[in-house]
Amino acid sequence: MVTQAAWQTFPHEADVGVRGTGETLAEAFAGAATAMTAAICDPGTVAAREAVPIECSAPETELLLLDWLNALVFEMATRRMLFARFEIDIAPEDGGLRLRATAWGEAVDVARHQPAAEVKGASFCELKAGQQPDGRWLAQCVVDV
Amino acid sequence: MDTSRLKRRGPCEWELPASGRMRVPGVIFASKELVQAMDDKVAEQVANVASLPGIVDASYAMPDAHWGYGFPIGGVAAFDADEGGVVSAGGVGFDISCGVRTLHTGLKAADVEGVKRQLADVLFARIPAGVGSTGALRLSGPEMDAMLRGGARWAVKEGYGSEADLLRIEEHGCVASADPKAVSEMAKKRQRDEMGTLGSGNHYLEVQVVDQVFDAVVAQAYGLAEGDVVVSIHCGSRGLGHQIGTDFLREMVVAAGQAGIVLPDRELACAPLKSALGQRYLGAMRAAINCALANRQILTHLAREAFATVLPGTRLPLLYDVSHNTCKEEIHTSADGRKRRLFVHRKGATRAFGPGHAELPAEYRQAGQPVLIGGSMGTASWILAGAAGTGERAFGSACHGAGRAMSRSEALRRWHGSNVVDELAAKGIMIRSPSFRGVAEEAPLAYKDVGEVVDAADHAGLASKVARLRPLVCVKG
Repeated sequence: MVTQAAWQTFPHEADVGVRGTGETLAEAFAGAATAMTAAICDPGTVAAREAVPIECSAPETELLLLDWLNALVFEMATRRMLFARFEIDIAPEDGGLRLRATAWGEAVDVARHQPAAEVKGASFCELKAGQQPDGRWLAQCVVDV
Repeated sequence: MDTSRLKRRGPCEWELPASGRMRVPGVIFASKELVQAMDDKVAEQVANVASLPGIVDASYAMPDAHWGYGFPIGGVAAFDADEGGVVSAGGVGFDISCGVRTLHTGLKAADVEGVKRQLADVLFARIPAGVGSTGALRLSGPEMDAMLRGGARWAVKEGYGSEADLLRIEEHGCVASADPKAVSEMAKKRQRDEMGTLGSGNHYLEVQVVDQVFDAVVAQAYGLAEGDVVVSIHCGSRGLGHQIGTDFLREMVVAAGQAGIVLPDRELACAPLKSALGQRYLGAMRAAINCALANRQILTHLAREAFATVLPGTRLPLLYDVSHNTCKEEIHTSADGRKRRLFVHRKGATRAFGPGHAELPAEYRQAGQPVLIGGSMGTASWILAGAAGTGERAFGSACHGAGRAMSRSEALRRWHGSNVVDELAAKGIMIRSPSFRGVAEEAPLAYKDVGEVVDAADHAGLASKVARLRPLVCVKG
């Protein structure tokens, strides 16, 4: 599905918190990914020119969020890209969860994107992923910049 | 921080008494003002570290301590393998062996004043900096492994610098027992294009002037006098270290439960030192330290080339190189008087061996280890000296920098990068950065007063003040 998630960054003393919310876990994951891009640059400046497939699996939702964000960090670092749009599918598999996604973005253009800091990795700090009492889904953690 | 739980041991030393799951007390080295300004999370994290198996004497926090992951940034803790001690990927962090090195130039401020702008431009052109930047060097698989085993020693063999540099780097530029096989292919792939790059965020290369000398004897031993121009480089193990942190944090969180270790915070992810996972992490982490040392050595070479272009004949010998985010195997005497082999975690803290330590280069042995403290652009950096007796107090450790005073988003709300660049230019500081947003997030006032931190380290007897450095040129990542 194409997701239209809500996202925000939240303060951490040394680094940056990233948070996504949505009607589904996948939407929340997409929001967290957009927030991670926002920790680097204005996501509105990143064009969805190129698609990168990403797959990961984990025994539970929080580890899956960590793996998802770290997979994006790896792709950003090795492809020299920034991502702005995400199509995510999360389904049960072998007693855990499997995520299949396409991340859309483009090569870093320093003049246009003005990237402030690379993300080194997603941390367990403030890590939460699950359904909230109001029924919406939340995905968040602090990323090291 | 709520100080009601703390016992004041001295003007700059506070004890968090052991309670609950804590195996040892916490000790925070800071002035009253600094400790009050610390987040309560720092005390919580100091207490959590104190609960880990095999911890020796105390869980320490340096004067610049702030809320980190698992360990506070500015946290120091040592573990004994023979007493069930652990090694923690969270206790080292993502930017393994991020550190600072300082180079002499043999120049005085007046020598560079007229060419400062040109120097800034040439350094910025030659030093790959910022998000997405790449280095000129591409390593094959065997070359990558040789670099991971050899560190700065490998870089010197490849033509980046000289043997003399190695004498002034911790462990002479090469940490033993690094294991490239323990480093994932993903980590090696992340490093493929990043050798000789500065990185981004708070990483920098600065041309600085010695603004004031506080200890003339030690300054002389370090070859420093007021008005001298030096170059300082702050960066780490780049993508390779970041990926090793990522890989092992996850693996240790999953494995900790299987090893019967109860983690009060998942970021304290750790493994027994005497376990296959613990040993594998040590091998990978040491490889990342060597990667950081090689990287700073290559950047040093690029800085030397830049200076030779603008000021022909200038030599840039190394003053010293320190690492911040490490776990090192060291011999210390614990509080019970026993000489022990310990694994000292320093997360955002600097090794600060006192006078007489055998590890120090002969010319610095009487003065103590140079402790290089980074400030923010526009404010001061400092050179301290490891204090006598430090080895018995915090396993030979001191602070590492100013620490942020506000979040990046708050800094971005308050300042615009171009204004920061203009204001600093008016003060005679040339800033060069690929990103105005990056400059805004790193604005001088986004950081705490490094002077207060340094005073507290001095008063606590961790390290003593030698010289204050003022920036002239700053290349920001």
